[in-house]
Amino acid sequence: MKNKQKNFAQSRSLRNISTHYCPGCGHGIAHRLIAETIDELGIREKVIAVAPVGCAVIAYDYWDFDCSEAAHGRAMAVATAIKRVRPQNIVFTYQGDGDLAAIGTNETIHAANRGENISVVFINNAIYGMTGGQMAPTTLLGQKTATTLSGRDARLQGHPLKISEMLAVLPGVKFVERVSLHSPQEVMKTKKAVHQIFKNQIDNLGFSLVEILSPCPTYWGISPKGALEWIRDVMSKEFPLGRIK
Amino acid sequence: MTGNEAIAEGAIQAGCDFYAGYPITPQNELTAYMAKEMPRKTRVFIQAESEIAAINMVFGAAAAGARAMTSSSSPGISLKQEGISYLAGAQLPAVIVNIMRGGPGLGNIMPSQADYFQATRGGGHGDYHCPVLAPSSVQEAYDLMFLSFELADKYRNPVMILGDGMLGQMMEPLCVRRSAFGVRRYKKPWALTGCRGRRPNVVKSFFIREGDLETFNLLLQKKYHTIRREEQRWEGLFLEDARVVVVAYGTMARIAKSAVVNLRKAGRRVGLIRPVTLWPFPVEAFENSVKLKAQSAKRPRYLVLEMSYGQMVEDVKLTLNGRATIEFLGRSGGGVPGEREIEKQILKLLS
Repeated sequence: MKNKQKNFAQSRSLRNISTHYCPGCGHGIAHRLIAETIDELGIREKVIAVAPVGCAVIAYDYWDFDCSEAAHGRAMAVATAIKRVRPQNIVFTYQGDGDLAAIGTNETIHAANRGENISVVFINNAIYGMTGGQMAPTTLLGQKTATTLSGRDARLQGHPLKISEMLAVLPGVKFVERVSLHSPQEVMKTKKAVHQIFKNQIDNLGFSLVEILSPCPTYWGISPKGALEWIRDVMSKEFPLGRIK
Repeated sequence: MTGNEAIAEGAIQAGCDFYAGYPITPQNELTAYMAKEMPRKTRVFIQAESEIAAINMVFGAAAAGARAMTSSSSPGISLKQEGISYLAGAQLPAVIVNIMRGGPGLGNIMPSQADYFQATRGGGHGDYHCPVLAPSSVQEAYDLMFLSFELADKYRNPVMILGDGMLGQMMEPLCVRRSAFGVRRYKKPWALTGCRGRRPNVVKSFFIREGDLETFNLLLQKKYHTIRREEQRWEGLFLEDARVVVVAYGTMARIAKSAVVNLRKAGRRVGLIRPVTLWPFPVEAFENSVKLKAQSAKRPRYLVLEMSYGQMVEDVKLTLNGRATIEFLGRSGGGVPGEREIEKQILKLLS
């Protein structure tokens, strides 16, 4: 019981304020897992985060460590430079699917290919949340969005982009794992993977990425509980969980 | 040394810690020089995957407290505009070199001055300005690198060096000297270094709460006002008794100067204003010269020369605001007005 209470204490790296996220959104959980990991590794005073453009644009209001903004898609270019200038610091990006796998694909592939010693947290919720639920590169076939009114059609919009698998073939990439937030067990696995990408950077092992399947009940048009079930039953079939590299 | 190499060497002497660039003609010698010299001094050189990545790397390096720089030529500078706007919005110091070529579009690789509007009006989205420095010789290109990093750090703002393909490619003797004001290292308490012993820093240009962005813009305007007041620079030649004043910058000013000197030797009363800062525009130089001329009976005359179809001439008109006759001579797309052509035009205005 004592232990449990400790686990549920406020993270030092997380500010004690409520977030702007919708009910049932995964960002809050992901933010907390990162904050807990940073506390456990004792690196809060060394961390420099790069926030995305998207729902998590003001992540720096929630985390309690140094943080930079980046233009939409450019987080890994920004992180590359920060890490090269300050190799003693721990640098990570936090990016959504549109940021990392659409407008920023070029920066993503080349930062990975250079083997930059940074950690990347990739939130895949198969939708653009901030702008009102448009099709993302990771939107599933048949999934209805504000810009695929009758569902994503492979003939018109192509297939969901599996950027993690694409990155895994690059020699510069050290670690890629896909995890999910759809159950407490999966959240614990996510925590482990988040821990790993930071540990890899501390050990100078190179580019490490964790892709987190994350619920967006608002723009999926289902209840928070239904969203978790949808990840388990549908989304994780298209995006299989587990270590990719 | 070429102008491109002189700019690179000047940047290194001025304490540039970080360079990212992408190949584009006619500025490739600059990137190549940085690739060779920066690692030797254990500074960072990155060949970026795109112009966009390069400017965003500069954003990251500047956010981490480094003296950061990128260089490119016209089409590449267009691609960087979003990043320059973010630098201005996050108040990050950085130096951006534009060795202009012919446009619009892919244009050609001949020298041009057609990016004046883009450089002096902001270029990207939002209400911002970058100080713009326009060297007209290889030595001045080198010397202005000290000033560009100094202004960037002093005002926490991106600074642009505006050259052209001719200046970049031209070879002249160079004196690798220290600047008059040395290399000042500014304290950067706002930089991202890890929050050891202090509250966390955030580098951002995003102000979502109503009213915050307006307040921030007023702060920027105050800064631009100070820069307008403090940082005007120009070269004046034979202005005391000039009946016609020629106005030109960069490569165009070299040719203009030859024409002016030739005509002076022949006893003609002609002078030259060469803006060194294009933004802030050297309004003072024009105020001084128009006052001198007000004493004479004749209406003052100015001849503006550009390797474009008339961009800086708008600033001259705004500055003189109807107090003088302003003529324009320009060519673009790689065309450069020649000495004879300029002399003929000046003589016409003198008659």
